[in-house]
Amino acid sequence: MSANQFQNPVVRWIDHRLPIFSFLNHEATEYPTPKNLNYFWNFGSLAGISLVIMIITGIVLSMNYTAHVDYAFDSVERIMRDVNHGWLLRYIHMNGASFFFIVVFIHIFRGLYYGSYKAPRELLWMLGVVILLLMMATAFMGYVLPWGQMSFWGATVITNLFSAIPFAGEGIVTWLWGGFSVDNPTLNRFFSLHYLLPFVIVGVVILHLVALHRFGSNNPLGIDTRGPQDTIPFHPYYTIKDFFGLSVFLTFFAAAVFFFPNFMGHPDNYIPANALQTPAHIVPEWYFLPFYAILRAVPDKLGGVLAMFGAIAVLFILPWLDRSPVRSGRFRPIFKIFFWVFFADCLVLGYIGAMPAEGIYVVIGRVATIWYFLHFLLILPILSVAETPRPLPQSISTPVFGGSGAMAGAAAAPKRKVE
Amino acid sequence: MAASKTNKAALVAEQKSRRDFIVVATYAMGAVGAGAFAWPLIDQMNPAADTLALASIEVDVSKIAEGQSITLKWRGKPVFIRHRTKTEIDEALRDDALDMRDPQVDSDRVQKPEYLVVLGVCTHLGCVPLGQKVGEVRGEYDGWFCPCHGSHYDSSGRIRKGPAPTNLEVPPYSFLSDDVIKIG
Repeated sequence: MSANQFQNPVVRWIDHRLPIFSFLNHEATEYPTPKNLNYFWNFGSLAGISLVIMIITGIVLSMNYTAHVDYAFDSVERIMRDVNHGWLLRYIHMNGASFFFIVVFIHIFRGLYYGSYKAPRELLWMLGVVILLLMMATAFMGYVLPWGQMSFWGATVITNLFSAIPFAGEGIVTWLWGGFSVDNPTLNRFFSLHYLLPFVIVGVVILHLVALHRFGSNNPLGIDTRGPQDTIPFHPYYTIKDFFGLSVFLTFFAAAVFFFPNFMGHPDNYIPANALQTPAHIVPEWYFLPFYAILRAVPDKLGGVLAMFGAIAVLFILPWLDRSPVRSGRFRPIFKIFFWVFFADCLVLGYIGAMPAEGIYVVIGRVATIWYFLHFLLILPILSVAETPRPLPQSISTPVFGGSGAMAGAAAAPKRKVE
Repeated sequence: MAASKTNKAALVAEQKSRRDFIVVATYAMGAVGAGAFAWPLIDQMNPAADTLALASIEVDVSKIAEGQSITLKWRGKPVFIRHRTKTEIDEALRDDALDMRDPQVDSDRVQKPEYLVVLGVCTHLGCVPLGQKVGEVRGEYDGWFCPCHGSHYDSSGRIRKGPAPTNLEVPPYSFLSDDVIKIG
């Protein structure tokens, strides 16, 4: 790791004083990565790229946006009609939020299936949950900025959640609003925080990466790497794989931006905010629907709010709920079944969140909500002791090459390719 | 044996050049893609369609008495329209032959000699020169005087003294009728 490895004398001069090149070389190029990662491991880098896309388009959008109740809606329409490429930038930002959540949700389910939250990666996982919370706050406040009907009433409903807090609730809501309803002070502070929070996310992402690089990536087998024969350098193997995944991702992203830009939005948000009339059917953006369903499932104001926040909070303590020493769901036959049931349960919650809160939807919503918490609080702890996992392979190389005999050749092969 | 070795070396060399080509082509495509993505980010800072739509104004100059000026706003900048007196026109014509920093004859700067239309922006560093209002300093050449760094403009808006490099700019304009000017 000495500075001498660099040919360029300028790089060597700088690196001797500020070892930034050594750092990058160590963490991004040599960084030993399990050689058996599947495509689900692409979604971490995709999430990072989504964050960058959101920040870049957000900065240029804010150059053309006016955070004032009288001008906000018109300034967004001006972006759509008059600002050069404004429609493109806004549609990228708008759909980017949805794609960011798609990517992050897949990233989270990947972690759930392959046990990426287990020791020694508990903090890595918890930092990820913090990022999810920050993303939700950022997305919510960003959705308020266009100051359409859904913006206004979404802001009203979500800020009113805090009024469920006993005694202090009303005061807190007034404080959040800066007045007696969602109004100009609310819009201004939301704009300020919507600009700030993405950079806070960047900070937590850096911590997330530091924690990741401490022990390296988990892998589909969920077993630790045992040495160089189990790993390949991150560059070029995973950089090229990430780039391939990125191009597939961007294909879908571009298709949405250019052909279905409003598919994931709500038409009511193209009606300017009206404090005197609530839209008939008010739903949050799709990525909040499961949590919205949990909120509505509880027939008590405070209880609903607690259940909704509890749905995230339970993720924080997940590493201590699932005590099974086997990480990967591949070797846990019963866990695997419950994982997919849980996955389906989340989809059901999302569907119920989009439906009106009446009739059969209420019943289904309650059952799905109960199952959500049962999965974490009861099923996972019981499985930890009751389930007999299948035998784990000796090492990552063993199942890939069918025995230790092939390992020597397998280890040598990538090295030749590097040349 | 030797022949097959040479063939192998040639094959390796060919594969190497093919690989190089693919790598270079990939980088080139990446650069094109990055550029295509960067352009909207840069271009959004250029004037928007509604800004460009405001880029012309019309004004009736018949209300301006001889010896008076009006100041209009066009593209966010002041435009001076001066109904020049006979004396001012004569001064401007008389000085046509003199050696100036930015030589230009008065007839090239006006469409009708009575009406001088110039941007009220000093060509030095963008201040608005004095001389529009009655009683303001008009400089040594009976035109305008920029108080920021002391540039003197004559009755044709030409730079005569001081640091400004060029004459006051004449904006594109046309007479829609005898009395109505369209600027821009």
